[in-house]
Amino acid sequence: MMLAFVAVVALGVGAVDIPAWDTLRVLGHHLFPDWVDAPHQEYYSTIIFRSRMPRVILATLTGASLAMSGVVMQGILRNPLVSPFTLGLSSAASFGAAMALVLGPLLLGGAYFGHFELLGETVTNKNLLIILMAFIVGMSSIVLVLAIARAHHLSQSVLVLSGVVVNYLFSAGISFMKYISDDGALREVTNWLMGGMWGATWGSVTILIPIVAVCFVLMERCAVDLNTLSGGDDVARNLGVNVHRLRTYGLTISAFVTSACLAFTGVIGFIGLMAPHICKMIIGNDHRYLIPASALMGSLILLLSDTTARIVMRPVELPVGIIMYLIGGAFFIWLVTRRSGRYLT
Amino acid sequence: MKLTAERIGQRYGSNEVLKDVSFTACSGEVVALLGPNGSGKSTLIRTLCNLMPPKAGQVDIDGRDVACLEPLERAKLIGYVPQNVQHAPFTTVLDTVLVGRRPYVQWSYSMNDLEVASRALETMNILDLRDRYINELSGGQRQRVFIARALAQSPHFYLFDEPTSSLDLRHQLRTMRIMHEVVHSQGRGMIVAMHDLNLALRYTDKVLMLNDKSVYAYGRPEDVLTPEAIQDVYGVESFIMKSERGLFILPYEPSKGTSVEG
Repeated sequence: MMLAFVAVVALGVGAVDIPAWDTLRVLGHHLFPDWVDAPHQEYYSTIIFRSRMPRVILATLTGASLAMSGVVMQGILRNPLVSPFTLGLSSAASFGAAMALVLGPLLLGGAYFGHFELLGETVTNKNLLIILMAFIVGMSSIVLVLAIARAHHLSQSVLVLSGVVVNYLFSAGISFMKYISDDGALREVTNWLMGGMWGATWGSVTILIPIVAVCFVLMERCAVDLNTLSGGDDVARNLGVNVHRLRTYGLTISAFVTSACLAFTGVIGFIGLMAPHICKMIIGNDHRYLIPASALMGSLILLLSDTTARIVMRPVELPVGIIMYLIGGAFFIWLVTRRSGRYLT
Repeated sequence: MKLTAERIGQRYGSNEVLKDVSFTACSGEVVALLGPNGSGKSTLIRTLCNLMPPKAGQVDIDGRDVACLEPLERAKLIGYVPQNVQHAPFTTVLDTVLVGRRPYVQWSYSMNDLEVASRALETMNILDLRDRYINELSGGQRQRVFIARALAQSPHFYLFDEPTSSLDLRHQLRTMRIMHEVVHSQGRGMIVAMHDLNLALRYTDKVLMLNDKSVYAYGRPEDVLTPEAIQDVYGVESFIMKSERGLFILPYEPSKGTSVEG
């Protein structure tokens, strides 16, 4: 309910404010043209469907993906500090994007600035390269983490340690890319690292919707096994769970959905860590409900943050991370202090 | 049903931990696994439930090699509570116990699963804690929750690694009595690693005494737990005293020249 409310508000506010009633009429008319009249201002529909709707959907999908990946990673590794960030995924995706931005013009020459039509939209070769590189290198980080930890039977401590090491390796790569880039590329890399929903298009959400939906279903399928794993590896194995396979499966799905979203949005931190913890404090630790609840919470936090970032200094847009850290951090501190002594004991 | 260990050998790298361990545990029996620290009790328990497949020999249940069973099938036959059980904060006691139903569920728990879990909580006398978070309980209460989870698993053999280690005296006696009753009333088998010789004497049907990586003695508690055996295995002098309530072991200080590890 809250997510739907924030989504309607997000569709309505921006450089041009649209009254909530008209926003609902635009949506209603689109779904039921015979029953609901279109609003008087024709451009309301254009603004909502051409510009704001893809952005709202992208924020919802990205928030959900990062949050449910955080739940699965924390459950699999029984570590409350694990998120797509701590396992090096974000650094790797950033390194991929930085390589595309810095080395792309050198390697592709004029083709780097070309464009083509896809799903009825103009896609630049540059953006496509960034998306592909961010996704591929992001995925490679989890392959690397799994490969390092395989020698130790994917033990949780070795996996976390491998993630931290891989994180540093790719961070070094980002620094190197920044160091060798010119001023223009450096600015673009910095913007990408701050993340945002600027790149939202119907094309991007069309690609992401099935990916997020399928990954959600796959994660839910292992929810009971994640509950089992909370008792420790030995207890889970005694209860018939193949812990090795569960870790590989869960980390791969989490990495896939996270890399896919980050490739379109740039680095969005914090949600993968905070949304699961907020939901654990509210509904408990049953992963069957924690995964969907965290997905909703992640969507809510990111959508709220993105909307606030768009309107707080209109017409200038703030990076979403600034608002997100403030909103999420304040809420988290409130939750922890409200139930002091009961958390993480 | 019979759980048979046949010439089991186990090692960590090049360090041999168990050598030629053989015994048979039957349904309706509580078997105490005794021995000094480092004698291989925990390793034997983990080997029996195939968490560490044996490096030599085999474990079978009614002639079926435990290592060859499907994981879910094995989970229905052998339940295990380790010495140090982990838990996640914000998990209720009921949810923790329901985890034991994993071999029987895909995603959702049936009414039968909820009934089995509630019965397990009732058996362990912690039904009133069912909605509390596990991180809010004392160590002893948590230990009883983990035993209840094993009961909810409804296996044919329970393997417990020092289940009474974090319980106070009253709950140690109570827990051992409950486990004894479960085994005898439901026709299950139980192998329990422990240190308290008096509890073993009072609540178990057989004692397997490990010493120096292999079986020192196996048989009825009153036959195995003799002053000579305690002296050989623990390096401790002791008296066995008889009373109207049964036998008691009264240990003395370690004998001179014998090193005893903490």
